[in-house]
Amino acid sequence: MKLEYLFFIFIFPGILFTSILGLIIGWVDRKVSARFTFRVGPPFLQNFNDFFKLLGKEATLIKNSIHSLFIAAPFVAFGTLSLLATMIGVTLFYGIGFGGDIFVIMYLMMIYSVMIVLGGASTGNIYSSIGAGREVKLLIGDELVFILVCLVPIIKSGYQLNLESIINFQASNGAFIGSASGILAFLLSIICIQAKMTMQPFDIPEAETEIVEGPLMEYSGPPLAFWKLNHFMMYVIFPFFLILIFLGGFNLTGLGILWFILKYVGIVVVMIIIKNTNPRIRTDTALNFFWKYASPIGLLAIILAILGV
Amino acid sequence: MGWYNKRLAKSLWVFHISGSPCNNCDIEILDLITPKYDVERLGIKLVGSIRHADVLLVTGVFNEKVAPKIKKIYEQAPKPIFVVAIGSCPSSGTVFKNSYNIVENRESVIPIDMYIPGCPPKPEAMIEGVAKLMEKLNG
Repeated sequence: MKLEYLFFIFIFPGILFTSILGLIIGWVDRKVSARFTFRVGPPFLQNFNDFFKLLGKEATLIKNSIHSLFIAAPFVAFGTLSLLATMIGVTLFYGIGFGGDIFVIMYLMMIYSVMIVLGGASTGNIYSSIGAGREVKLLIGDELVFILVCLVPIIKSGYQLNLESIINFQASNGAFIGSASGILAFLLSIICIQAKMTMQPFDIPEAETEIVEGPLMEYSGPPLAFWKLNHFMMYVIFPFFLILIFLGGFNLTGLGILWFILKYVGIVVVMIIIKNTNPRIRTDTALNFFWKYASPIGLLAIILAILGV
Repeated sequence: MGWYNKRLAKSLWVFHISGSPCNNCDIEILDLITPKYDVERLGIKLVGSIRHADVLLVTGVFNEKVAPKIKKIYEQAPKPIFVVAIGSCPSSGTVFKNSYNIVENRESVIPIDMYIPGCPPKPEAMIEGVAKLMEKLNG
């Protein structure tokens, strides 16, 4: 039994599988983004090369920074994401619970943002500090909507909190996306994910052309490699989470494999299209959007879910 | 190290500093990331922070004011780092050669690994320079 858990965490839905799939999907993102601007784009193994190259570079420490936080932040974030990938993946692929419910998932997703803030703020660099501050503001913006969105599947599954009960309920009663509240919540959740991954309309904390990657600015070598890997792992974790709570999971037999690829690639491509067709918005616009427009729609979705629509 | 150098050759991240240039070379460098030349297909990415860089592009004659700053930026870079000097200015000094405020021996400021002459060099010339750097790394 113990050995099985190690296999879950380190190999199949956990670290190895998520990293490799994430790096490949990261290549898809870069390639599609390049084709959007009529460029050729990087070769297939580009992200792997980047990762291994960064592992061999020198890791610089800043004299005035808090060294322990600076080094710990990317690895704690990596651990958090590995745990997330394992919990979501085990439920999706094996249909068994891995301890912990949907609230644990929400908390772990928040810890990742907190780690970006700690890592960025520990350097003392002004751009990193600005980036860390913006990350907090963005977290305040998207967290409320994300919680509202996560409440919809809980309500629709008859107030069940466990991931495996939610997925079993969908297996017997049809996926939640088939209802009005489900569609509303799904659309909102894609926007939330865009903000949580700090992708293009909401890349306020990492604005490359403005505050040069913000919190990651002072990182180099292996810690930077792990930040990049974390970002690519989220390309797997968030779509899988959406598939789990809205699209009814996978059935990995026969045509089910095709459905799995279709659902996963569909969500990723929608994210990439949103990323490439939108400019970066200001911090106040983002907060305005999340609090004034997205949150009421999320509340509406909850009311619809309670009414059973 | 052979395996690592091959990985390094396939993902050179470039940081760009202007050591008092006339700005033509800087404009020409940006041509490299446009759709026509697109160096991302070689794994090259223009990064905004020296901490992420593997290649340092320097342009221009280094005058007395910017030379210490260039040295400081070079020291902040994580090693291994390669310095590529773009344009005729770093290699010869061109029209500023005997000027009162320029550093005569530019290699005393930072070690320069490669010169790509031209005023400004064509994007093709710069891509060839990068290809030669990759060849060297691949052994």
